[in-house]
Amino acid sequence: MEIPWTVEAREDTGLNNGKIGIWLFLASEVMLFGALFASYILLRVGASEWPRGHTILNVPLATFNTIVLITSSVTMVMAWASLMRRKFGVFRVYQAITVLLGGVFLVVKYFEYSAKFHHGLLPHTSNFIAIYFTLTGLHMIHVIGGMAVNAYLWGPGAKLYKTNPEWFTNRVENAGLFWHFVDLVWIFLFPTLYLL
Amino acid sequence: MTDWMNLPTLATKHGAAIDTMNGVIHILMAILFVGWGAFFVYTLFRFRKSAHPVADHHGVTSHTSTYLEIGVAVAEAVLLFGFSVPLWIKWVDKPPAVGEALTVQVTGEQFAWNIHYPGPDGKFGRQSTDKIDMQTNPLGLDRSDPDAKDDVITLNQLHLPVNKPVIVRLRSKDVIHGFNVPEFRVKQDAVPGLTIPIWFTPTITTEEMRQKTGNPEFTYEIACAQLCGLGHYRMRGFVTVESQEEFTKWFDSEEAKAAEEGSDAWSN
Amino acid sequence: MSDPTAVASKPHGAHEAHGAHEAYHEELGFWRKYVFSVDHKVIGIQYAVTGLLFLLFGFSLMMLMRWQLAYPGQAVGWLGKLLGDNRMPGGVMLPEFYNELGAMHGTIMVFLGVVPLAVGGFGNFVLPLQIGAPDMAFPKINMMSYQCYFLGGVTMLGSFFIPAGGAAQSGWTSYPPLANIAGSGQTWWLIGMIFLITSSLLGSINFIVTTIQLRAPGLTFMRFPIFVWAQFVTSFLLLLAFPPLEAAGVLQLMDRVAGSSFFMPSGLVVSGQVAANAGGGNPLLWQHLFWFLAHPEVYVLILPGMGIVAEVIANNTRKPLWGYRSMVYALGFLGFMSFIVWAHHMFMTGMGTVMSTFFQTTTMIISIPSVVILTALILSLWGGSIRFTTPMLFALGFLPMFGIGGLTGLPLGLSVTDIPLHDTYYVIGHFHYVVAPGTLFALMAGIYYWYPKATGRMMNDFLGKLHFWGSFVFMNVLFMPMFFLGLAGVSRRLYDGGASYQFAQPALHYNVISSWGAWMLAVAQIPFIINFFMSLKTGRKVGANPWDATTLEWAAPSPPPHGNFEHPPEVYRGPYEYSVPGRQTDFQPQFERA
Ligand code: HEA
Ligand code: HEA
Ligand code: CUA
Ligand SMILES: [Cu+2]
Repeated sequence: MEIPWTVEAREDTGLNNGKIGIWLFLASEVMLFGALFASYILLRVGASEWPRGHTILNVPLATFNTIVLITSSVTMVMAWASLMRRKFGVFRVYQAITVLLGGVFLVVKYFEYSAKFHHGLLPHTSNFIAIYFTLTGLHMIHVIGGMAVNAYLWGPGAKLYKTNPEWFTNRVENAGLFWHFVDLVWIFLFPTLYLL
Repeated sequence: MTDWMNLPTLATKHGAAIDTMNGVIHILMAILFVGWGAFFVYTLFRFRKSAHPVADHHGVTSHTSTYLEIGVAVAEAVLLFGFSVPLWIKWVDKPPAVGEALTVQVTGEQFAWNIHYPGPDGKFGRQSTDKIDMQTNPLGLDRSDPDAKDDVITLNQLHLPVNKPVIVRLRSKDVIHGFNVPEFRVKQDAVPGLTIPIWFTPTITTEEMRQKTGNPEFTYEIACAQLCGLGHYRMRGFVTVESQEEFTKWFDSEEAKAAEEGSDAWSN
Repeated sequence: MSDPTAVASKPHGAHEAHGAHEAYHEELGFWRKYVFSVDHKVIGIQYAVTGLLFLLFGFSLMMLMRWQLAYPGQAVGWLGKLLGDNRMPGGVMLPEFYNELGAMHGTIMVFLGVVPLAVGGFGNFVLPLQIGAPDMAFPKINMMSYQCYFLGGVTMLGSFFIPAGGAAQSGWTSYPPLANIAGSGQTWWLIGMIFLITSSLLGSINFIVTTIQLRAPGLTFMRFPIFVWAQFVTSFLLLLAFPPLEAAGVLQLMDRVAGSSFFMPSGLVVSGQVAANAGGGNPLLWQHLFWFLAHPEVYVLILPGMGIVAEVIANNTRKPLWGYRSMVYALGFLGFMSFIVWAHHMFMTGMGTVMSTFFQTTTMIISIPSVVILTALILSLWGGSIRFTTPMLFALGFLPMFGIGGLTGLPLGLSVTDIPLHDTYYVIGHFHYVVAPGTLFALMAGIYYWYPKATGRMMNDFLGKLHFWGSFVFMNVLFMPMFFLGLAGVSRRLYDGGASYQFAQPALHYNVISSWGAWMLAVAQIPFIINFFMSLKTGRKVGANPWDATTLEWAAPSPPPHGNFEHPPEVYRGPYEYSVPGRQTDFQPQFERA
């Protein structure tokens, strides 16, 4: 049996199911990270001393990572745009770049983390380090999730393009929305943790 | 107004207002419930199928219920701004001047209440966690600190002079506890990391209470109100309310004891 | 905004005989049909039955505790043998075990019992039918939602068997620092909660999208049955309130596993030992995050119940609900307000005047929409032709019971009267009146009401009435005494029910009454359990619309086939067109053209 409005938009709402679904999901994500940022503020206000981020964390690396993520958002848009123009080959390329950039982000994070471990900066050292690991760690899980989805859409998931290009394009668009959100979260994390 | 509620016998100044308000609310609730209930039961009876085979498509047309709802809202507003907020302000924002009040520090721990009197100098001695010893020095009081010399520390025994305001500074060593003396209408969580002051004025001595309740063993109890582990149910302290003279007598004897212990406490 | 494509569908009367139509049915093997099904009806039933079993389990835990509360320290030999010496040596319950039972009772009843039954069960089964949808918008996600719930349940149950101290013991509220320093059961609790949170996120997204997108042509929002509205609002609460608890859970996991001190202030001294962690944290942060979820959560517990009661009342009074619009607005307002009252659970944590005034005010405001809804439901009875069917009895029982629970919320909502009542049995009484004889009765009403739709057979009416009267009497015997205990000042979560306190002595007999109420209540459930299973075989067979009801689910055959409707239904009018003057039948279904 067919579920209506999976691909084309319902007249009176002007949206398809997937689109509403992803926006609702993002709303709950906002609440999740919102709560964590609120906790950060409460902890910092309540703390007797709280280090400036840059004294402990590696700002250049993080800046580089910020650029990487922003670029990957751009390529994500390009990937979707090329699907809109039904240029599947081009989509493949951009999609691949997006996933790879995600990978670059993770590698950099790996070096950042191992440096911290190396200097014995662990969650029990101080609440600043702890919230740093919590926020960036949770964000990293989101990055991995986003990469998994994008990789799937690049590889096996792309089969759908043959049978139903419009549906496939919608999926890429929704995956993109999530990826932009992950990017956005980082853009909040970066100043909060590294600069302030 | 509150007899039917079987509240614990009231024994503080501020408590009277709380009880009155509690009584008022419950009477209001009773009126609402009985009113609604009566209407409810009558409707069920009158409109049962056998008595009223054909339903009326329109049902109630009057707007009485709207006025009722507005009534409830107004009543709530009165309770809120007429009673609750002013009383809360009085309780939280207007503590007695330190001069005319006795200040005590009460520190909860699994599963006991440490009572700490500053002594005549009114200053609490320095405390440090490394001085803590479960048996001899549960609060880690540093006897070498001059402020600490006249301090008195007891376990689960809170003595208070009658008709004199008390400021209790609440603290906790480990987890959250709840300082709660039912007769005093006082309840406050003791949150580790914070020192929360509360105040009240006991009006009835333990002795008078024993006559009043006809219970020769009567004592005021501190009943921990916040789940704090397996001993929560037995985290019980005792309050003795007595005349100023009795209180001073008790305090001096405690101080004497403290002096001896103190001497060997700072030799190590 | 009727959809041209569907105009073809012929109006089809309520009394046509129905067998299960195979129209949309592709054959599936046992596993894909009953275990890994993506059919919202099967998933709904999976949710409902699992939820009911958890309710029964949570109830059993509490019956154990009630023995200890009524007869503290009295040994029960066979229980000792049954549960082992680390729980009940010689048949006497250990305080640790009591706390374990208490925490898990709360957790199980709320997160594994009522919410899965009310939202997962009724939401999944009824909502798509009531809006004329073939299924949920994302069937696979729907299945995953159930599986996450199941995993969460398994984790929670598993935690009972951890050698090191068993399940969580810090109350369903898991306040740190206690929860931080508690045994490993707490870690399992947190992991279990993360499963459950994931489950309800997936579910709520699905419900909202389904409601917005898969409405039958002609079904505008203001033609929704109240139950649909209730589920719709509930889904938003779940969607937006759970993530902060997830955040809190992650932070507490970090504290417990990675040794951070988000909730651990400096200078803790636990049983003589200076705590090893860095400190600098704030225990109240947890309480804010927890109650930011848990207050909306309590409305998640009640709204679906209110929805069910509304459906049943409209059907059994044979007249439209009074004040449909005001009810809808009240539901929405309730949902919104429930996000800004959370700190009324924290009046005794040392709250300043400004904050307490704000939260008292919002708390008083939020009580008004509940009053509006209750009033509308009661007024709906006026002028009806009331049939006292089993579902109706439970729905009617709900009203005064919720009334008692709700009214006793008021003294708790004012910080000053909360001083003597906070953390006493008065609170326990308050919320059990709303969740047990309140929500549970509503859910029972729903079971008796939609059972024929799900199975094609009626439940036995005599056993049903037996179940109602037994439950009604003993729920009150069970919970009413708690108010007197609370007024007498007896704290909750006491292993001996207050026996060690002098001031509690005059009230202790209430514990005994309450316990016997609980055990008798269990007996009163026996007819229900028999009825529930027996009716599968012996219940009277029924057609599509046994209750002569007006909403869309009754257009589908009973039980509905895969894909639900033979003809995509179309909606012509509001949900409760009963006893319309000048018609020969006393009901005019939404799906009937003329
Ligand atoms: C379904 C769940 C539910 C519902 C609906 C409510 C509804 C309300 N609750 Fe309750 N509450 C809980 C579940 C619920 N609560 C739980 C689980 C706890 C304890 C958590 C814990 O600590 O473990 C709690 C605790 C709790 C507290 C904290 C107490 C404390 O710890 O000290 C407070 C304080 O403000 C409160 C207030 C209210 C208020 C004002 C309402 C209002 O919304 C009520 C409004 C309703 C009415 C005013 C009734 C109106 C109707 C009538 C009058 C009609 C009568 C009808 C007839 C007679 C036929 N609740
Ligand atoms: C939805 C929430 C909910 C529900 C329904 C209940 C229902 C009940 N609760 Fe619970 N309770 C809580 C939530 C709930 N409780 C919470 C949150 C706490 C606080 C915990 C804490 O302190 O941290 C608490 C605490 C609590 C206490 C206080 C413990 C203490 O403070 O030490 C007590 C004491 O009597 C109690 C008793 C009961 C009883 C006897 C029922 C009965 O009403 C149960 C009735 C159950 C049924 C009638 C089951 C019906 C189902 C069936 C018969 C299944 C049939 C199966 C099939 C057909 C397949 N509860
Ligand atoms: Cu201390 Cu409970
Ligand atoms: Cu609440």
